[in-house]
Amino acid sequence: MSLLEMKNIKKSFGDTEVLKDISLTVDTGEVLGIIGPSGSGKSTLLRCATNLETPDSGEIRYAGTFGLVFQNFNLFPHYTVLKNIIDAPLKVQKRKKEEVVTEARKLLGKMGLEGREDAYPYQLSGGQQQRVSIARALAMNPDILFFDEPTSALDPELTGEILKVIKDLAAEHMTMVIVTHEMNFAKNVSDHIIFMDDGYIAEQGTPEEVFGSSNERMQEFLGKFG
Amino acid sequence: MNVAMIVKQLAGGMVVSIEIFAATLIFSLPLGLIVAFGRMSRIKPVQWVTKLYISVMRGTPLMLQLMVVYYGPYYLFGLRISATYRLTAVLIGFAINYAAYFAEIYRGGIESISAGQYEAARVLGYTRPQTFFRIILPQVMKRILPSVTNEVITLVKDTSLAFVVAVPEMFTTAKQIAAAQTSMTAFVAAGIFYYVFNLIVAVVMEAIENKMSYYR
Repeated sequence: MSLLEMKNIKKSFGDTEVLKDISLTVDTGEVLGIIGPSGSGKSTLLRCATNLETPDSGEIRYAGTFGLVFQNFNLFPHYTVLKNIIDAPLKVQKRKKEEVVTEARKLLGKMGLEGREDAYPYQLSGGQQQRVSIARALAMNPDILFFDEPTSALDPELTGEILKVIKDLAAEHMTMVIVTHEMNFAKNVSDHIIFMDDGYIAEQGTPEEVFGSSNERMQEFLGKFG
Repeated sequence: MNVAMIVKQLAGGMVVSIEIFAATLIFSLPLGLIVAFGRMSRIKPVQWVTKLYISVMRGTPLMLQLMVVYYGPYYLFGLRISATYRLTAVLIGFAINYAAYFAEIYRGGIESISAGQYEAARVLGYTRPQTFFRIILPQVMKRILPSVTNEVITLVKDTSLAFVVAVPEMFTTAKQIAAAQTSMTAFVAAGIFYYVFNLIVAVVMEAIENKMSYYR
């Protein structure tokens, strides 16, 4: 069953056509990796999928709820780690406090952040902040979790801890859409990969298919990262 | 007349000054937020009207504004001005003037919050009022506190402007005593009053800033 279906999505900013004609589906339990050069439209595609941008034309159909993990975490600085995680389940979903707190503690454990629940975001490293933001998104029990370059704002030595968390989620069959610059990671974690170039999907398929593709732009792109 | 008597005479004026000060803050702080919303409104005419309002309030002397509010009803509409209207006029004049300044401070604070905060709240499903009151406003308050402190300190001194419509605030009383006594004592006492008042304001505002310094 497909959880998300995007059909013929087009989006321009002024005279710049950022998404030219994008269609994709995401199935339950699938991990979709989106790669491509800067300015190819990856992030705009993700922002359309998460309703942060409205496409100029095309259709988006969801069969469930979604969460989003931002490049810059966007934690609420005036809330503690725990409050960042429980506030939306309490105030938006109106769930019971004990239940939400228990679940939040479990998530913090899973993210390796036991004992940090009373800390404020500024007291945490970037990697820890990003793990809190993943916990915050997961606390809403989304059907799909989107990641917008989740390691781009982190020091290289901190990216590993985030990638591991995402891998663990993949092992639990969490449905995820990940925009990333980490090629090896995309190759390892994704079931399906989309290579975007200049507002189009230039190549897609299994990691083997996409990375083994003879597509000129894809080869050029991989060469730069090689 | 000794110092104790002067202070005693000034005391009535001090109460009026403190009243003007407190009432102005109580009305202008929330009013300023509403004006800030108007200033940032997507509806162009609302934006223009609030822009004009802010521009007039900041571009003309508060003393003149107080006179317009006080004498306006009579000169413009022929309404009789009662004695009790004096203080009301002063409070209206101060509230609408300070609301304009506070509106710009709020606006600056609100616009300094990153778009990411709104986006995070939106993806988590917060409603617009929830986003504003739970996520944005607390952060705005912390950021604008130093600018608000400045305005509040100016307000303490501005209360003396109420004399233009003959509201017997402290400075008016001090002037009368000084004239009657041909002595500086009343002025010195008045100066000490404003200074101590502002010292208290500064201490209180610093305490609030410290209370909000639990995060960055």
